[in-house]
Amino acid sequence: MDETQAGVPDTVETIVTSLKHKPGALLPILHGIQDHLGYIPDDAIPVIARALRITAADVHGVVSFYHYFRSEQPGRHVVELCRAEACQARGARALEAHAKARLGVDYGQTTTDRSITLKPVYCLGNCATGPSVRVGEHIKGRMDPARFDRLVDDLTTYKLELN
Amino acid sequence: MSLRVFVPCETTALSLGAGDVATLISREAEARGLEIELVRNGSRGLFWLEPLVEVDDGTGRRAFGPVDTADVASLLDSHFGDDHPLALGPTDELPWLKQQQRVTFARLGVTDPVSLNDYRATGGFDGLHNALELTPQQLVDKVKASGLRGRGGAAFPTGIKWQTVLDAAGAQKYIVCNADEGDSGTFADRLVMECDPYMLIEGMIIAGLAVGATQGYIYLREEYPLAHRHLDLAIARAEAAGYLGNNIQNSGRAFALEVRLGAGAYICGEETSLLESLEGKRGMVRAKPPLPAIEGLFGLPTVVNNVLSLAAVPSILRDGPEHYAGFGVERSRGTLPFQLAGNIAQGGLVELAFGHSLRELIEDFGGGSASGRPVRAVQVGGPLGAYLSPAQFDTALDYEAFSAIGAVLGHGGVVVFDDSVDMAEQARFSMEFCVEESCGKCTPCRIGSTRGVEVIDRIMRGENRDANMALLEDLCDTMIQGSLCAMGGMTPFPVKSAYTLFPEDFQRQGGEA
Ligand SMILES: Cc1cc2nc3c(=O)[nH]c(=O)nc-3n(C[C@H](O)[C@H](O)[C@H](O)COP(=O)(O)O)c2cc1C
Ligand code: SF4
Ligand code: FES
Repeated sequence: MDETQAGVPDTVETIVTSLKHKPGALLPILHGIQDHLGYIPDDAIPVIARALRITAADVHGVVSFYHYFRSEQPGRHVVELCRAEACQARGARALEAHAKARLGVDYGQTTTDRSITLKPVYCLGNCATGPSVRVGEHIKGRMDPARFDRLVDDLTTYKLELN
Repeated sequence: MSLRVFVPCETTALSLGAGDVATLISREAEARGLEIELVRNGSRGLFWLEPLVEVDDGTGRRAFGPVDTADVASLLDSHFGDDHPLALGPTDELPWLKQQQRVTFARLGVTDPVSLNDYRATGGFDGLHNALELTPQQLVDKVKASGLRGRGGAAFPTGIKWQTVLDAAGAQKYIVCNADEGDSGTFADRLVMECDPYMLIEGMIIAGLAVGATQGYIYLREEYPLAHRHLDLAIARAEAAGYLGNNIQNSGRAFALEVRLGAGAYICGEETSLLESLEGKRGMVRAKPPLPAIEGLFGLPTVVNNVLSLAAVPSILRDGPEHYAGFGVERSRGTLPFQLAGNIAQGGLVELAFGHSLRELIEDFGGGSASGRPVRAVQVGGPLGAYLSPAQFDTALDYEAFSAIGAVLGHGGVVVFDDSVDMAEQARFSMEFCVEESCGKCTPCRIGSTRGVEVIDRIMRGENRDANMALLEDLCDTMIQGSLCAMGGMTPFPVKSAYTLFPEDFQRQGGEA
């Protein structure tokens, strides 16, 4: 996620070249790009379109259809809160209100220090021990406001250690 | 032998700290000079006891849980003794496990998920070896005889679907595994993929042999990173061991398998939308016919089956279709892995033959609500399934009995709510979810759900309640009748059940809690 702007076209080109021969290559390509860059830059769209012989509008239509793909660089961490029924039954609505207030953002937004982007998610398959939250590859169960605050502290402290 | 210690590597266990517990057990054992073999097994599915640690000193496995990092030192000091406060006794004797009928999930939590040796040592690939001796028609007949019906929701007979694909002409055919598991309250597919991935792989190879398909795809939701990792690892090892590839176990038969990731769209669980997505398009639902069995992926004959349907196949081929059909009632044969979720004291995976009651599931297995308050409502079958009230808890768990009360079993998810639930809020959420997840192809679904949210908002504020209730009813009927797929066609089920069974929640004065 720390590619310089100059590196972006190369990264996109490499990913597209390595995957374009797959049947139904578009989603694997988009995943590859988002894995590497954290988002799908607008500049990538014509490159993908040319390689797959489809229009830029087609590519754009796919990027915008799927909740997971994003067109803008997110914060250093993406925190996803489960909004689905099983987590609602364990207090997800209250957690959601707390999280938005604590971070000062709504869904889809990034904190002003760019440390955290908050996103809704509909079920993480962790439904017997909700409310559930996902940060990257990690899923956390039985989340409550106090644990959420500790999680945010951990994530933002980590950032300081890095710098 | 040295002491074997098992700590699950599975999402729910990890979400409750199993990773730290495992690390700490290694460290503390080393500090004490105690020789242990740490095994990362799957979860047994007793989620309220996770992290559930098991030990085996050669006399059988004994369980401890739920284990917090703070408990590790005392567990080791006691040499995992039976008098430790967290001791649960022999794992196999735990009543919650013992009273289940684990067929598909027999191996759950027992083995190291990605170990081929563990898999083979527990009957893995026996079904495949039998299948390699049979003709495609004989294979399809076995699945028909098992009575297996699709576990993804629609409960269509799997053998009949396979027959259609077998009979269809096509130079290339496909097996597509629907691993989109989008329903809230469900995690059985995830458990297969994280804890027993070779079983799914074996089921897909057998499906390929049965219908003449040489390419398989697992369409996996992006929300399951650990399942992704375990599947990729298992596929690579199965390839290396000659179970996948151009010459399966020197039979001259071929089957290749690849995982493809979804991207956070509930509608991509609908089979035609899923196929569009696999082809690299937006997940717009296709009109049927043509059926995917005739014109599926890239226009070619395709079996689309849920993870659990395919995972049931190896045991059907190993133990015989009669054994599988011996479980269950009437036209619901075999077992269904129920998933107890939400506000439930003892949540987790309960595999049972069809025919038990919902009450057994919620009270005997689930132990009631986690909060200790009375259970007020239960949603069965995911976000498109009806809410049920305790008065309906004696309904038998089979497809037909549920359909008789306007409900669905679906993928077996059971989400429990206590008496703090506001059913008008729940109805509103059903509509809101449909707004978020509709593919947008038809008006009743796309526009109807948006109107639905607005109408319910007015009802919740107490504005023109009678007129708005009538409007909501009309809207529900329009969605049911005018939608192309079950997203728009079934969203009204939870909504209608909410206002029919819990009318008091729709009659509050504006602002009243
Ligand atoms: C909105 C919607 C979502 C669905 N989601 C899933 C899903 O996540 N997993 C699944 O296996 N089937 C899902 N289905 C059912 C599939 O369309 C299809 O019936 C199933 O994959 C067939 O496999 P089976 O016969 O093995 O059940 C969904 C259907 C609809 C209408
Ligand atoms: S009912 Fe909804 S999800 Fe289904 S095809 Fe119509 S618009 Fe798409
Ligand atoms: S409903 Fe939240 S994890 Fe499933």
